[in-house]
Amino acid sequence: MDLSNENTEELLISSSDIKKKKREISIRIQKVKKSHIKLRLVFFASLAVLLIVMTVFAAQICPHDPYKQDLSVALNAPSASHLMGTDTYGRDMLSRVIIGARASILSTFALVAIITVFGTAVGVLCGYIGGKFDGIVMRISDFFLAFPGLVFALAVAALLGGGIWNAVIALAVISWPKYSRVARSQTLSIRNSEFINASIMAGDNALQIIVRHILPNILGPILVTSVLDIGTMMMELAGLSFLGLGAQPPVAEWGSMMSTGRSMLQTYPWIVLSPGFAIFISVVVFNLLGDTVRDYLDPRRQSKTI
Amino acid sequence: MDTILKAEHVVKIFDTQKKSSTKAVDDVSFELRKGEVLGIVGESGSGKSTIARMITGLIPITSGEISVKDVQKKNKRQLYDKVQMVFQNPVGSFNPRKTLGYGIGESLKNKGINKDVIDKRVGELLNLCGLEKEYAKKYPHEVSGGQCQRAAIARALAIEPEILICDEATSALDVTVQKQIMELLIKLKKEKELSVIFICHNLALVQMFCDRVIVMCNGKMVESGTADEVINNPKDDYTKNLIDSVYC
Repeated sequence: MDLSNENTEELLISSSDIKKKKREISIRIQKVKKSHIKLRLVFFASLAVLLIVMTVFAAQICPHDPYKQDLSVALNAPSASHLMGTDTYGRDMLSRVIIGARASILSTFALVAIITVFGTAVGVLCGYIGGKFDGIVMRISDFFLAFPGLVFALAVAALLGGGIWNAVIALAVISWPKYSRVARSQTLSIRNSEFINASIMAGDNALQIIVRHILPNILGPILVTSVLDIGTMMMELAGLSFLGLGAQPPVAEWGSMMSTGRSMLQTYPWIVLSPGFAIFISVVVFNLLGDTVRDYLDPRRQSKTI
Repeated sequence: MDTILKAEHVVKIFDTQKKSSTKAVDDVSFELRKGEVLGIVGESGSGKSTIARMITGLIPITSGEISVKDVQKKNKRQLYDKVQMVFQNPVGSFNPRKTLGYGIGESLKNKGINKDVIDKRVGELLNLCGLEKEYAKKYPHEVSGGQCQRAAIARALAIEPEILICDEATSALDVTVQKQIMELLIKLKKEKELSVIFICHNLALVQMFCDRVIVMCNGKMVESGTADEVINNPKDDYTKNLIDSVYC
């Protein structure tokens, strides 16, 4: 490489110029970071929406009937007509994975919605009312937090019997305390602020104070918690189904599909791998979406990039 | 002049821990007459704000009695029709997620008044307090502290109370804005015939603005009288100290 005269001249620019350039570059990086977060948010949100659309129109998308058995094609390896192969009954794995999204994703959403609403309601009431009510309810939630979650869910699910909705109930029973903790601490932090006192003096009753003044101010952290929780809850639901306590055959559900293929992992790996891949993709998408939402709502990051 | 608010032997004890407790307000009695401005001065922690919060029912009274004319005991709704308060931290006294207009109109909304009427009234109140109508659409973090305090005064006046409590309403503001707010309060007092309880630690403001003054120290009322009397001719040692610390 030969250095021309112009290049050597450029090397001799004064230190103040360098500082200036550095600052310009750092400003540019900050701008990139901000737009970067927005871009990430849009990207992962659209991926998540894509997954949801796929779930809603699962029946229309399926190339084959996911429940139709055809023993003549049982345990076929992935091919042009069966992109993910077939299972022991000759059912098309791709169709089963797509239709399985219904049980997996929709029930996860239902679960997260239930625990968010219930946990938040309990937490806000605890923070707002305080006193003995708060003490008792928080000790109960401590009990749930101290107990290993999945073990307790197993017990509840076993008690209720199989079925995806029973698994949802079992997981809801053990998962709400996290939300009530978040909601309670947020409520406590604004409970005695002047604007709450001002609204008391404006004649608001307790319900009006909670709905108009407390909830709008605590929704951010709760939203982040629940979006971040979608991935975890999906895994736990699939885990319960894998253990035979969630969706029951012949209902297609990713966890139970993996469970049935478990013994054939070495000989017919696609039976385990295709639902496993589906779980992997959806958990990654929702976790990254949660991360991005948290970054997006983080006030520190916003002030840094303004 | 009629007595509009009367406090008799009011005591407030805060239980800090199971065994120890703090006497924040110790046997304080005073009365507020219609159309007058009563100043409460004292150092930090002398129980001034505790008195304000007891009058407005935000905290319960340990013993003694505070009665407001034409208000039944423990009837908060009646109380808040008569007594309103302006808080110390102007920005913090508005919900950061709601507009100023929402905060000002909230008490009217709770009375079941229709939305158009409220919007009009909020505009009038803002004008009365020296702000343009457009401020109703702004959020608390978008305006300055002085503007926010004006909006807070507008909110306190929304349901036309007879008593206005200013709990260090000017302490968080700089001196020029303080003066503007005081002028506004003086104007409103004359126009609306308000009775004002003005809690403050700035003696100059108190002398300028108040008819009568109560001096508090460690929860006790050490001196009371007309503003000129107390400040020009203090009898209690603590009051003398307080005045010396300002003027030296």
